[in-house]
Amino acid sequence: MTTDAPELLALQRRMAAAVMRPLTRDEQMRRRDENNRSIADEADDFIKPNDRLSSFERLEIYNRQYWFRLFSSFEEDFPGLRSIVGTKRFERLMRAYLHAHPSSSFTLRNLGSSLVSWLTENREYGAPDTDAAIAMAALEWAHIEAFDNEQRPALTAEEAAALDDNSRLALQPYLRLFEASCAVDDALIAVREASAGASAQASNAVAIHLVRRTRSLKPAPGQIYLAVHRHEDSVYYKRLALEDYSLLRALESGVSLGDAIEAAFQQSAIAEEDRPAHIQSAFHYLMQMGWLCTPKENDL
Amino acid sequence: MPANRFNAFTEYGVGIGLRVPHYRHILEKKPVVDWFEIISENYMVDSGRPLTVLDQILDQYRVVQHGVSMYFGSAEPFSREHMRRIKDLVRRTRTPWLSDHLCWGSVDGTYTHDLLPMPYTFEAARRTAEKIREAQDFLEIPIAVENVSSYAEFHISQMTEWEFLNEVVEQADCGILLDVNNIYVSSQNHNFDPKDYIEAVPADRVAQIHIAGHSKFEKYILDTHDHPVLDPVWALYARAIERCGPTATLLEWDDSIPTFDEVHAEALKANRYLNSQAALAESA
Repeated sequence: MTTDAPELLALQRRMAAAVMRPLTRDEQMRRRDENNRSIADEADDFIKPNDRLSSFERLEIYNRQYWFRLFSSFEEDFPGLRSIVGTKRFERLMRAYLHAHPSSSFTLRNLGSSLVSWLTENREYGAPDTDAAIAMAALEWAHIEAFDNEQRPALTAEEAAALDDNSRLALQPYLRLFEASCAVDDALIAVREASAGASAQASNAVAIHLVRRTRSLKPAPGQIYLAVHRHEDSVYYKRLALEDYSLLRALESGVSLGDAIEAAFQQSAIAEEDRPAHIQSAFHYLMQMGWLCTPKENDL
Repeated sequence: MPANRFNAFTEYGVGIGLRVPHYRHILEKKPVVDWFEIISENYMVDSGRPLTVLDQILDQYRVVQHGVSMYFGSAEPFSREHMRRIKDLVRRTRTPWLSDHLCWGSVDGTYTHDLLPMPYTFEAARRTAEKIREAQDFLEIPIAVENVSSYAEFHISQMTEWEFLNEVVEQADCGILLDVNNIYVSSQNHNFDPKDYIEAVPADRVAQIHIAGHSKFEKYILDTHDHPVLDPVWALYARAIERCGPTATLLEWDDSIPTFDEVHAEALKANRYLNSQAALAESA
Protein backbone atom coordinates (compact mmCIF):
# COMPACT_ATOMS: atom_id res chain seq x y z
CA MET A 1 0.00 0.00 0.00
CA THR A 2 1.29 3.50 -0.80
CA THR A 3 0.57 6.42 1.51
CA ASP A 4 1.66 9.99 1.96
CA ALA A 5 1.72 9.43 5.74
CA PRO A 6 4.58 6.95 6.19
CA GLU A 7 5.12 7.59 9.91
CA LEU A 8 1.42 7.06 10.61
CA LEU A 9 1.34 3.86 8.56
CA ALA A 10 4.43 2.47 10.28
CA LEU A 11 2.96 3.12 13.73
CA GLN A 12 -0.37 1.58 12.78
CA ARG A 13 1.30 -1.57 11.43
CA ARG A 14 3.33 -1.86 14.60
CA MET A 15 0.35 -1.41 16.90
CA ALA A 16 -1.94 -3.68 14.87
CA ALA A 17 0.64 -6.47 15.00
CA ALA A 18 0.79 -6.14 18.79
CA VAL A 19 -2.96 -5.86 19.27
CA MET A 20 -3.69 -8.89 17.10
CA ARG A 21 -1.00 -11.13 18.58
CA PRO A 22 -2.60 -14.17 20.31
CA LEU A 23 -3.07 -14.05 24.07
CA THR A 24 -1.61 -16.51 26.57
CA ARG A 25 -3.80 -19.36 27.82
CA ASP A 26 -4.87 -17.27 30.80
CA GLU A 27 -5.89 -14.39 28.51
CA GLN A 28 -2.90 -12.13 29.17
CA MET A 29 -0.63 -10.43 26.66
CA ARG A 30 2.38 -12.56 25.76
CA ARG A 31 5.77 -11.59 27.14
CA ARG A 32 7.69 -12.59 24.00
CA ASP A 33 6.85 -12.28 20.33
CA GLU A 34 7.26 -14.91 17.60
CA ASN A 35 10.99 -14.10 17.37
CA ASN A 36 11.49 -14.25 21.14
CA ARG A 37 11.82 -10.47 21.42
CA SER A 38 10.53 -8.77 24.57
CA ILE A 39 7.07 -7.30 24.03
CA ALA A 40 7.61 -5.03 27.03
CA ASP A 41 10.60 -3.48 25.21
CA GLU A 42 8.52 -3.15 22.05
CA ALA A 43 5.67 -1.44 23.94
CA ASP A 44 8.12 0.91 25.72
CA ASP A 45 9.44 1.94 22.34
CA PHE A 46 6.20 3.48 21.07
CA ILE A 47 3.70 3.76 23.94
CA LYS A 48 4.04 6.13 26.89
CA PRO A 49 3.62 4.70 30.39
CA ASN A 50 1.69 6.65 33.03
CA ASP A 51 1.84 6.75 36.82
CA ARG A 52 -0.35 3.63 37.13
CA LEU A 53 0.30 1.53 34.04
CA SER A 54 3.42 0.50 32.15
CA SER A 55 3.53 0.73 28.36
CA PHE A 56 3.07 -3.05 28.29
CA GLU A 57 -0.07 -2.85 30.44
CA ARG A 58 -1.59 -0.10 28.33
CA LEU A 59 -1.00 -2.06 25.15
CA GLU A 60 -2.41 -5.17 26.84
CA ILE A 61 -5.79 -3.46 27.30
CA TYR A 62 -6.13 -3.24 23.52
CA ASN A 63 -4.71 -6.72 22.93
CA ARG A 64 -7.29 -8.30 25.27
CA GLN A 65 -10.17 -6.18 23.98
CA TYR A 66 -9.39 -7.26 20.43
CA TRP A 67 -9.53 -10.96 21.23
CA PHE A 68 -12.52 -10.77 23.57
CA ARG A 69 -14.51 -8.95 20.88
CA LEU A 70 -13.65 -11.57 18.27
CA PHE A 71 -14.30 -14.49 20.62
CA SER A 72 -17.67 -13.09 21.58
CA SER A 73 -18.74 -12.63 17.97
CA PHE A 74 -17.47 -16.06 16.88
CA GLU A 75 -19.13 -17.84 19.81
CA GLU A 76 -22.41 -16.13 19.03
CA ASP A 77 -22.23 -17.23 15.39
CA PHE A 78 -21.24 -20.88 15.94
CA PRO A 79 -23.04 -22.34 18.99
CA GLY A 80 -23.79 -25.54 17.07
CA LEU A 81 -20.13 -26.14 16.27
CA ARG A 82 -19.32 -25.64 19.92
CA SER A 83 -21.89 -28.27 20.89
CA ILE A 84 -20.34 -30.80 18.52
CA VAL A 85 -16.66 -30.38 19.35
CA GLY A 86 -17.16 -29.51 23.04
CA THR A 87 -16.15 -26.37 24.88
CA LYS A 88 -12.43 -27.04 25.28
CA ARG A 89 -11.83 -28.07 21.68
CA PHE A 90 -13.99 -25.19 20.49
CA GLU A 91 -11.75 -22.72 22.32
CA ARG A 92 -8.69 -24.20 20.61
CA LEU A 93 -10.40 -24.21 17.22
CA MET A 94 -11.63 -20.62 17.62
CA ARG A 95 -8.21 -19.27 18.57
CA ALA A 96 -6.45 -21.10 15.75
CA TYR A 97 -9.02 -20.03 13.15
CA LEU A 98 -9.10 -16.38 14.19
CA HIS A 99 -5.31 -16.26 14.20
CA ALA A 100 -5.23 -17.73 10.69
CA HIS A 101 -8.14 -15.60 9.43
CA PRO A 102 -8.28 -12.20 11.11
CA SER A 103 -11.17 -10.04 9.99
CA SER A 104 -10.85 -8.61 6.51
CA SER A 105 -14.27 -6.97 6.50
CA PHE A 106 -15.70 -3.81 8.05
CA THR A 107 -18.30 -6.01 9.73
CA LEU A 108 -17.91 -8.87 12.20
CA ARG A 109 -20.78 -10.56 10.35
CA ASN A 110 -18.18 -11.95 7.95
CA LEU A 111 -15.80 -13.28 10.60
CA GLY A 112 -16.70 -16.92 9.93
CA SER A 113 -16.67 -16.72 6.14
CA SER A 114 -13.53 -18.88 5.79
CA LEU A 115 -14.32 -21.30 8.59
CA VAL A 116 -15.56 -24.22 6.48
CA SER A 117 -12.60 -24.17 4.11
CA TRP A 118 -10.17 -23.71 7.02
CA LEU A 119 -11.72 -26.58 8.97
CA THR A 120 -11.61 -28.78 5.88
CA GLU A 121 -7.87 -28.12 5.62
CA ASN A 122 -7.28 -28.41 9.37
CA ARG A 123 -9.42 -31.40 10.20
CA GLU A 124 -7.76 -32.09 13.55
CA TYR A 125 -9.59 -29.10 15.05
CA GLY A 126 -12.97 -30.70 14.34
CA ALA A 127 -12.12 -34.06 15.95
CA PRO A 128 -13.43 -36.49 16.95
CA ASP A 129 -16.37 -36.17 14.51
CA THR A 130 -14.80 -33.82 11.99
CA ASP A 131 -17.36 -34.40 9.23
CA ALA A 132 -20.19 -33.43 11.57
CA ALA A 133 -18.19 -30.40 12.75
CA ILE A 134 -17.63 -29.23 9.17
CA ALA A 135 -21.30 -29.80 8.33
CA MET A 136 -22.41 -27.80 11.36
CA ALA A 137 -20.02 -24.93 10.54
CA ALA A 138 -21.38 -24.91 6.98
CA LEU A 139 -24.97 -24.83 8.21
CA GLU A 140 -24.26 -22.01 10.65
CA TRP A 141 -22.52 -19.96 7.95
CA ALA A 142 -25.45 -20.64 5.57
CA HIS A 143 -27.76 -19.35 8.33
CA ILE A 144 -25.81 -16.08 8.52
CA GLU A 145 -25.99 -15.63 4.76
CA ALA A 146 -29.68 -16.52 4.58
CA PHE A 147 -30.43 -13.93 7.27
CA ASP A 148 -29.41 -10.85 5.30
CA ASN A 149 -28.28 -11.77 1.79
CA GLU A 150 -29.92 -9.95 -1.11
CA GLN A 151 -33.50 -10.70 -2.15
CA ARG A 152 -34.09 -10.23 -5.87
CA PRO A 153 -37.45 -9.98 -7.62
CA ALA A 154 -38.84 -13.52 -7.89
CA LEU A 155 -39.61 -15.09 -11.25
CA THR A 156 -43.17 -14.16 -12.24
CA ALA A 157 -45.80 -16.56 -13.57
CA GLU A 158 -45.51 -14.87 -16.99
CA GLU A 159 -41.74 -15.32 -17.02
CA ALA A 160 -42.14 -18.94 -15.93
CA ALA A 161 -44.64 -19.60 -18.72
CA ALA A 162 -42.07 -18.45 -21.28
CA LEU A 163 -39.33 -20.85 -20.09
CA ASP A 164 -38.00 -23.62 -22.35
CA ASP A 165 -35.23 -26.22 -22.14
CA ASN A 166 -32.57 -23.65 -23.01
CA SER A 167 -33.62 -21.12 -20.38
CA ARG A 168 -31.31 -20.37 -17.50
CA LEU A 169 -32.45 -19.41 -14.03
CA ALA A 170 -30.77 -18.04 -10.91
CA LEU A 171 -31.55 -18.73 -7.27
CA GLN A 172 -32.26 -16.07 -4.68
CA PRO A 173 -28.95 -14.99 -3.10
CA TYR A 174 -30.45 -15.65 0.36
CA LEU A 175 -31.12 -19.31 -0.52
CA ARG A 176 -28.22 -21.54 0.51
CA LEU A 177 -28.11 -25.23 -0.42
CA PHE A 178 -26.49 -27.69 1.83
CA GLU A 179 -26.02 -31.45 2.23
CA ALA A 180 -24.65 -33.48 5.14
CA SER A 181 -24.36 -37.05 6.32
CA CYS A 182 -25.98 -36.29 9.66
CA ALA A 183 -28.94 -34.31 10.93
CA VAL A 184 -27.11 -31.11 11.85
CA ASP A 185 -30.29 -29.12 11.26
CA ASP A 186 -32.08 -30.88 14.12
CA ALA A 187 -28.98 -30.58 16.29
CA LEU A 188 -28.67 -26.83 15.66
CA ILE A 189 -32.34 -26.23 16.39
CA ALA A 190 -31.93 -28.09 19.69
CA VAL A 191 -28.87 -26.02 20.60
CA ARG A 192 -30.62 -22.76 19.81
CA GLU A 193 -33.71 -23.75 21.78
CA ALA A 194 -31.59 -24.72 24.77
CA SER A 195 -29.74 -21.42 24.57
CA ALA A 196 -32.98 -19.41 24.27
CA GLY A 197 -34.41 -21.32 27.24
CA ALA A 198 -31.36 -20.57 29.34
CA SER A 199 -31.56 -16.85 28.53
CA ALA A 200 -35.28 -16.70 29.26
CA GLN A 201 -34.97 -18.41 32.64
CA ALA A 202 -31.93 -16.35 33.66
CA SER A 203 -30.87 -18.88 36.23
CA ASN A 204 -27.27 -19.95 36.61
CA ALA A 205 -28.27 -23.45 37.64
CA VAL A 206 -30.41 -23.86 34.53
CA ALA A 207 -27.71 -22.37 32.30
CA ILE A 208 -25.09 -24.78 33.61
CA HIS A 209 -27.43 -27.72 33.14
CA LEU A 210 -28.11 -26.70 29.54
CA VAL A 211 -24.46 -26.15 28.71
CA ARG A 212 -23.75 -29.66 29.90
CA ARG A 213 -26.63 -30.98 27.86
CA THR A 214 -25.56 -29.19 24.70
CA ARG A 215 -22.10 -30.71 25.04
CA SER A 216 -23.59 -34.15 24.64
CA LEU A 217 -25.75 -33.24 21.64
CA LYS A 218 -24.57 -35.19 18.61
CA PRO A 219 -26.34 -35.14 15.27
CA ALA A 220 -28.09 -38.35 14.29
CA PRO A 221 -26.52 -40.07 11.26
CA GLY A 222 -28.38 -40.02 7.93
CA GLN A 223 -28.03 -38.12 4.66
CA ILE A 224 -29.90 -34.80 4.48
CA TYR A 225 -30.37 -32.22 1.71
CA LEU A 226 -31.30 -28.77 2.93
CA ALA A 227 -32.43 -25.41 1.66
CA VAL A 228 -31.50 -22.73 4.19
CA HIS A 229 -33.75 -19.82 3.31
CA ARG A 230 -35.53 -16.73 4.58
CA HIS A 231 -39.25 -16.12 4.79
CA GLU A 232 -40.70 -12.94 6.28
CA ASP A 233 -37.29 -12.10 7.75
CA SER A 234 -36.87 -15.41 9.59
CA VAL A 235 -34.42 -18.14 8.59
CA TYR A 236 -35.73 -21.68 8.02
CA TYR A 237 -34.17 -25.05 7.22
CA LYS A 238 -36.21 -26.96 4.63
CA ARG A 239 -35.31 -30.58 3.97
CA LEU A 240 -35.40 -31.43 0.28
CA ALA A 241 -35.72 -34.63 -1.74
CA LEU A 242 -32.50 -35.60 -3.51
CA GLU A 243 -34.09 -34.76 -6.88
CA ASP A 244 -35.14 -31.24 -5.81
CA TYR A 245 -31.74 -30.59 -4.26
CA SER A 246 -29.97 -31.76 -7.42
CA LEU A 247 -32.25 -29.61 -9.57
CA LEU A 248 -31.50 -26.51 -7.51
CA ARG A 249 -27.76 -27.24 -7.44
CA ALA A 250 -27.77 -27.60 -11.22
CA LEU A 251 -29.69 -24.35 -11.72
CA GLU A 252 -27.32 -22.62 -9.32
CA SER A 253 -24.36 -23.80 -11.39
CA GLY A 254 -25.82 -22.01 -14.41
CA VAL A 255 -26.75 -24.93 -16.68
CA SER A 256 -29.85 -24.76 -18.87
CA LEU A 257 -33.23 -25.77 -17.52
CA GLY A 258 -33.25 -28.93 -19.66
CA ASP A 259 -29.84 -29.99 -18.31
CA ALA A 260 -30.89 -29.16 -14.76
CA ILE A 261 -33.94 -31.41 -15.02
CA GLU A 262 -31.74 -34.18 -16.36
CA ALA A 263 -29.30 -33.68 -13.46
CA ALA A 264 -32.18 -33.84 -10.99
CA PHE A 265 -32.84 -37.51 -11.83
CA GLN A 266 -29.29 -38.76 -12.31
CA GLN A 267 -29.30 -40.67 -9.01
CA SER A 268 -33.05 -40.87 -8.61
CA ALA A 269 -35.13 -43.87 -7.72
CA ILE A 270 -38.28 -42.19 -9.06
CA ALA A 271 -39.77 -44.16 -11.93
CA GLU A 272 -39.40 -42.59 -15.37
CA GLU A 273 -43.15 -42.17 -15.83
CA ASP A 274 -43.51 -40.31 -12.50
CA ARG A 275 -40.80 -37.77 -13.21
CA PRO A 276 -42.83 -35.17 -15.14
CA ALA A 277 -45.30 -34.97 -12.26
CA HIS A 278 -42.45 -34.65 -9.77
CA ILE A 279 -40.87 -31.79 -11.73
CA GLN A 280 -44.21 -30.02 -12.07
CA SER A 281 -44.78 -30.25 -8.34
CA ALA A 282 -41.23 -29.12 -7.59
CA PHE A 283 -41.56 -26.03 -9.81
CA HIS A 284 -44.91 -25.20 -8.26
CA TYR A 285 -43.20 -25.22 -4.83
CA LEU A 286 -40.17 -23.22 -6.01
CA MET A 287 -42.43 -20.57 -7.55
CA GLN A 288 -44.53 -20.42 -4.41
CA MET A 289 -41.42 -19.85 -2.28
CA GLY A 290 -40.04 -17.25 -4.70
CA TRP A 291 -36.68 -18.98 -4.83
CA LEU A 292 -36.20 -18.64 -8.60
CA CYS A 293 -35.22 -15.46 -10.37
CA THR A 294 -33.91 -14.21 -13.67
CA PRO A 295 -30.10 -14.32 -13.82
CA LYS A 296 -28.22 -11.05 -13.84
CA GLU A 297 -25.64 -10.60 -16.58
CA ASN A 298 -22.76 -11.41 -14.25
CA ASP A 299 -24.50 -14.61 -13.04
CA LEU A 300 -24.08 -16.16 -16.50
CA MET B 1 -24.98 27.21 17.63
CA PRO B 2 -27.22 24.18 18.30
CA ALA B 3 -28.42 24.34 14.72
CA ASN B 4 -25.37 24.79 12.55
CA ARG B 5 -24.01 23.77 9.17
CA PHE B 6 -22.47 20.65 10.69
CA ASN B 7 -25.84 19.21 11.67
CA ALA B 8 -27.64 20.55 8.60
CA PHE B 9 -29.24 23.36 10.66
CA THR B 10 -31.43 20.92 12.57
CA GLU B 11 -32.54 21.30 16.17
CA TYR B 12 -32.83 17.73 17.41
CA GLY B 13 -33.38 17.19 21.12
CA VAL B 14 -32.52 14.09 23.12
CA GLY B 15 -32.17 10.79 21.27
CA ILE B 16 -31.20 7.25 22.09
CA GLY B 17 -29.37 4.52 20.21
CA LEU B 18 -31.61 2.11 18.30
CA ARG B 19 -30.77 -1.34 19.68
CA VAL B 20 -32.13 -4.82 18.85
CA PRO B 21 -33.60 -5.60 22.33
CA HIS B 22 -35.86 -2.54 21.98
CA TYR B 23 -37.15 -3.21 18.45
CA ARG B 24 -40.39 -4.84 19.53
CA HIS B 25 -41.18 -2.22 22.16
CA ILE B 26 -40.60 0.65 19.75
CA LEU B 27 -42.60 -0.85 16.90
CA GLU B 28 -45.52 -1.91 19.11
CA LYS B 29 -45.71 0.97 21.62
CA LYS B 30 -44.46 3.75 19.33
CA PRO B 31 -42.96 5.80 22.20
CA VAL B 32 -42.34 9.51 21.68
CA VAL B 33 -38.61 9.89 21.04
CA ASP B 34 -36.94 12.96 19.52
CA TRP B 35 -34.67 10.86 17.33
CA PHE B 36 -32.76 7.60 17.08
CA GLU B 37 -29.10 7.12 16.32
CA ILE B 38 -28.28 3.94 14.39
CA ILE B 39 -24.96 2.18 14.08
CA SER B 40 -24.54 2.37 10.30
CA GLU B 41 -22.74 -0.97 10.02
CA ASN B 42 -25.72 -2.87 11.47
CA TYR B 43 -27.78 -1.84 8.44
CA MET B 44 -25.15 -2.01 5.69
CA VAL B 45 -26.57 -5.34 4.56
CA ASP B 46 -28.26 -6.35 1.33
CA SER B 47 -31.66 -7.28 2.73
CA GLY B 48 -33.50 -9.00 5.58
CA ARG B 49 -34.78 -8.08 9.02
CA PRO B 50 -32.35 -5.25 9.84
CA LEU B 51 -33.56 -3.25 6.85
CA THR B 52 -37.22 -4.17 7.37
CA VAL B 53 -37.06 -2.83 10.93
CA LEU B 54 -35.09 0.24 9.85
CA ASP B 55 -37.70 1.11 7.24
CA GLN B 56 -40.46 0.83 9.84
CA ILE B 57 -38.50 3.10 12.18
CA LEU B 58 -37.85 5.58 9.38
CA ASP B 59 -41.59 5.80 8.73
CA GLN B 60 -42.12 7.24 12.20
CA TYR B 61 -38.89 8.67 13.57
CA ARG B 62 -35.93 10.85 12.70
CA VAL B 63 -32.75 8.82 12.36
CA VAL B 64 -29.11 9.87 12.42
CA GLN B 65 -26.31 7.59 11.25
CA HIS B 66 -23.31 6.91 13.46
CA GLY B 67 -20.51 4.72 12.13
CA VAL B 68 -17.77 2.66 13.71
CA SER B 69 -15.71 1.59 10.71
CA MET B 70 -14.84 4.55 8.49
CA TYR B 71 -11.55 4.88 10.35
CA PHE B 72 -10.78 8.42 9.20
CA GLY B 73 -7.42 8.09 10.94
CA SER B 74 -6.25 4.93 9.17
CA ALA B 75 -3.32 5.69 6.89
CA GLU B 76 -4.80 3.53 4.12
CA PRO B 77 -7.41 4.87 1.68
CA PHE B 78 -11.14 4.17 1.97
CA SER B 79 -12.54 1.03 0.41
CA ARG B 80 -14.76 2.09 -2.50
CA GLU B 81 -17.20 -0.73 -1.81
CA HIS B 82 -17.48 0.32 1.82
CA MET B 83 -18.15 3.93 0.89
CA ARG B 84 -20.76 2.88 -1.67
CA ARG B 85 -22.60 0.91 1.01
CA ILE B 86 -22.53 3.89 3.38
CA LYS B 87 -23.88 6.14 0.66
CA ASP B 88 -26.70 3.70 -0.10
CA LEU B 89 -27.66 3.82 3.57
CA VAL B 90 -27.39 7.61 3.71
CA ARG B 91 -29.91 7.79 0.86
CA ARG B 92 -32.21 5.37 2.65
CA THR B 93 -32.13 7.07 6.07
CA ARG B 94 -31.92 10.68 4.79
CA THR B 95 -29.68 11.32 7.80
CA PRO B 96 -29.04 15.08 8.11
CA TRP B 97 -25.46 14.48 9.19
CA LEU B 98 -23.23 11.47 9.68
CA SER B 99 -20.77 10.81 12.44
CA ASP B 100 -17.85 8.46 12.93
CA HIS B 101 -14.77 8.39 15.13
CA LEU B 102 -11.47 10.22 15.16
CA CYS B 103 -9.50 7.00 15.28
CA TRP B 104 -8.08 4.20 13.20
CA GLY B 105 -8.77 0.46 13.26
CA SER B 106 -7.59 -1.24 10.12
CA VAL B 107 -4.30 -1.60 8.31
CA ASP B 108 -3.30 -3.51 5.18
CA GLY B 109 -6.87 -4.76 4.78
CA THR B 110 -7.13 -6.30 8.25
CA TYR B 111 -9.70 -4.96 10.70
CA THR B 112 -9.34 -4.81 14.49
CA HIS B 113 -12.98 -3.72 15.03
CA ASP B 114 -11.69 -1.36 17.68
CA LEU B 115 -11.47 2.43 17.90
CA LEU B 116 -7.71 2.73 18.22
CA PRO B 117 -6.11 5.99 19.37
CA MET B 118 -4.33 8.35 17.01
CA PRO B 119 -0.78 9.59 17.37
CA TYR B 120 -1.30 13.35 17.74
CA THR B 121 1.07 14.41 14.98
CA PHE B 122 0.75 16.98 12.21
CA GLU B 123 1.18 14.27 9.60
CA ALA B 124 -1.69 12.24 11.08
CA ALA B 125 -3.89 15.35 11.32
CA ARG B 126 -3.28 16.19 7.66
CA ARG B 127 -3.98 12.65 6.44
CA THR B 128 -7.10 12.34 8.60
CA ALA B 129 -8.47 15.68 7.44
CA GLU B 130 -7.90 14.68 3.81
CA LYS B 131 -9.96 11.56 4.31
CA ILE B 132 -12.79 13.38 6.07
CA ARG B 133 -12.96 15.89 3.20
CA GLU B 134 -13.01 13.01 0.72
CA ALA B 135 -15.85 11.34 2.62
CA GLN B 136 -17.86 14.58 2.84
CA ASP B 137 -17.46 15.14 -0.89
CA PHE B 138 -18.51 11.59 -1.74
CA LEU B 139 -21.39 11.28 0.71
CA GLU B 140 -22.65 14.82 0.15
CA ILE B 141 -23.67 15.39 3.77
CA PRO B 142 -21.97 17.05 6.74
CA ILE B 143 -19.67 14.84 8.78
CA ALA B 144 -19.03 15.12 12.51
CA VAL B 145 -16.02 13.36 14.03
CA GLU B 146 -16.20 11.92 17.51
CA ASN B 147 -13.38 11.98 20.07
CA VAL B 148 -12.75 8.45 21.38
CA SER B 149 -11.88 7.05 24.79
CA SER B 150 -8.28 5.90 24.91
CA TYR B 151 -6.03 3.83 27.11
CA ALA B 152 -2.66 4.54 25.50
CA GLU B 153 -0.64 7.53 24.27
CA PHE B 154 2.25 7.56 21.83
CA HIS B 155 5.77 8.94 22.23
CA ILE B 156 5.58 10.52 18.78
CA SER B 157 2.60 12.76 19.63
CA GLN B 158 3.31 16.44 19.06
CA MET B 159 0.22 17.98 20.68
CA THR B 160 -2.65 17.31 23.10
CA GLU B 161 -5.72 15.37 22.03
CA TRP B 162 -7.88 18.50 21.87
CA GLU B 163 -5.27 20.34 19.85
CA PHE B 164 -5.24 17.41 17.46
CA LEU B 165 -9.05 17.40 17.23
CA ASN B 166 -9.02 21.13 16.47
CA GLU B 167 -6.30 20.71 13.87
CA VAL B 168 -8.27 17.99 12.10
CA VAL B 169 -11.67 19.70 12.10
CA GLU B 170 -10.21 23.00 10.93
CA GLN B 171 -8.33 21.36 8.06
CA ALA B 172 -11.30 19.15 7.12
CA ASP B 173 -13.87 21.88 7.79
CA CYS B 174 -16.10 19.34 9.48
CA GLY B 175 -18.21 19.10 12.61
CA ILE B 176 -17.57 17.52 16.00
CA LEU B 177 -19.54 14.88 17.81
CA LEU B 178 -18.42 15.76 21.30
CA ASP B 179 -18.48 12.69 23.54
CA VAL B 180 -18.22 14.06 27.06
CA ASN B 181 -18.00 10.58 28.58
CA ASN B 182 -15.01 9.81 26.35
CA ILE B 183 -13.36 13.04 27.45
CA TYR B 184 -13.85 12.06 31.08
CA VAL B 185 -12.56 8.50 30.54
CA SER B 186 -9.45 9.71 28.69
CA SER B 187 -8.81 12.44 31.25
CA GLN B 188 -8.67 9.86 34.02
CA ASN B 189 -6.49 7.51 31.96
CA HIS B 190 -4.07 10.22 30.85
CA ASN B 191 -4.09 12.62 33.82
CA PHE B 192 -5.46 15.78 32.25
CA ASP B 193 -8.22 18.12 33.36
CA PRO B 194 -11.34 17.32 31.28
CA LYS B 195 -12.48 20.94 31.63
CA ASP B 196 -9.43 22.05 29.64
CA TYR B 197 -10.65 19.84 26.80
CA ILE B 198 -14.21 21.17 26.91
CA GLU B 199 -12.99 24.78 26.96
CA ALA B 200 -10.72 24.20 23.97
CA VAL B 201 -13.32 22.71 21.64
CA PRO B 202 -14.61 25.12 18.96
CA ALA B 203 -18.23 25.37 20.08
CA ASP B 204 -19.47 26.48 16.68
CA ARG B 205 -18.44 23.14 15.18
CA VAL B 206 -20.25 20.90 17.68
CA ALA B 207 -23.02 19.14 15.77
CA GLN B 208 -24.00 16.63 18.45
CA ILE B 209 -23.08 15.44 21.94
CA HIS B 210 -22.77 11.88 23.29
CA ILE B 211 -23.30 10.89 26.89
CA ALA B 212 -22.75 7.40 28.31
CA GLY B 213 -21.72 5.34 31.32
CA HIS B 214 -18.30 3.82 31.97
CA SER B 215 -16.63 1.32 34.29
CA LYS B 216 -13.88 2.11 36.77
CA PHE B 217 -11.11 -0.41 37.37
CA GLU B 218 -8.22 -0.20 39.78
CA LYS B 219 -5.78 1.49 37.42
CA TYR B 220 -7.88 2.75 34.53
CA ILE B 221 -11.39 3.48 33.31
CA LEU B 222 -13.06 1.63 30.45
CA ASP B 223 -15.68 3.11 28.15
CA THR B 224 -18.23 0.30 28.54
CA HIS B 225 -21.61 1.96 27.80
CA ASP B 226 -23.25 -0.36 30.29
CA HIS B 227 -24.21 2.02 33.11
CA PRO B 228 -26.20 5.19 33.68
CA VAL B 229 -24.29 8.44 33.15
CA LEU B 230 -22.12 9.29 36.16
CA ASP B 231 -22.06 12.67 37.92
CA PRO B 232 -18.65 13.90 36.67
CA VAL B 233 -19.87 13.27 33.11
CA TRP B 234 -23.08 15.21 33.72
CA ALA B 235 -20.93 18.06 35.03
CA LEU B 236 -18.91 18.09 31.82
CA TYR B 237 -22.11 17.89 29.81
CA ALA B 238 -23.49 20.91 31.65
CA ARG B 239 -20.40 22.92 30.77
CA ALA B 240 -20.48 21.73 27.15
CA ILE B 241 -24.10 22.85 26.85
CA GLU B 242 -23.23 26.21 28.39
CA ARG B 243 -20.57 26.69 25.73
CA CYS B 244 -22.37 25.17 22.73
CA GLY B 245 -26.02 25.88 23.50
CA PRO B 246 -28.76 23.23 23.56
CA THR B 247 -27.23 20.72 21.17
CA ALA B 248 -28.63 17.40 19.87
CA THR B 249 -27.76 14.86 22.58
CA LEU B 250 -27.59 11.09 22.42
CA LEU B 251 -27.30 8.52 25.22
CA GLU B 252 -25.25 5.45 24.30
CA TRP B 253 -26.13 2.21 26.10
CA ASP B 254 -24.68 -0.84 24.35
CA ASP B 255 -24.14 -3.55 26.92
CA SER B 256 -26.31 -4.96 29.74
CA ILE B 257 -29.09 -3.02 28.03
CA PRO B 258 -32.06 -2.39 30.34
CA THR B 259 -35.65 -1.81 29.21
CA PHE B 260 -36.43 0.86 26.67
CA ASP B 261 -38.13 3.00 29.32
CA GLU B 262 -35.08 2.90 31.59
CA VAL B 263 -32.73 3.90 28.79
CA HIS B 264 -35.05 6.65 27.61
CA ALA B 265 -35.54 8.01 31.14
CA GLU B 266 -31.77 8.18 31.61
CA ALA B 267 -31.38 10.04 28.31
CA LEU B 268 -34.13 12.51 29.17
CA LYS B 269 -32.17 13.64 32.22
CA ALA B 270 -30.22 15.69 29.69
CA ASN B 271 -33.29 17.91 29.34
CA ARG B 272 -32.51 19.47 32.74
CA TYR B 273 -29.45 21.08 31.19
CA LEU B 274 -30.86 21.64 27.73
CA ASN B 275 -34.02 23.36 28.99
CA SER B 276 -32.23 25.65 31.41
CA GLN B 277 -29.76 26.63 28.72
CA ALA B 278 -32.58 27.27 26.25
CA ALA B 279 -34.36 29.43 28.85
CA LEU B 280 -31.16 31.41 29.45
CA ALA B 281 -30.74 31.96 25.74
CA GLU B 282 -34.34 33.13 25.42
CA SER B 283 -34.08 35.62 28.28
CA ALA B 284 -30.85 36.97 26.83
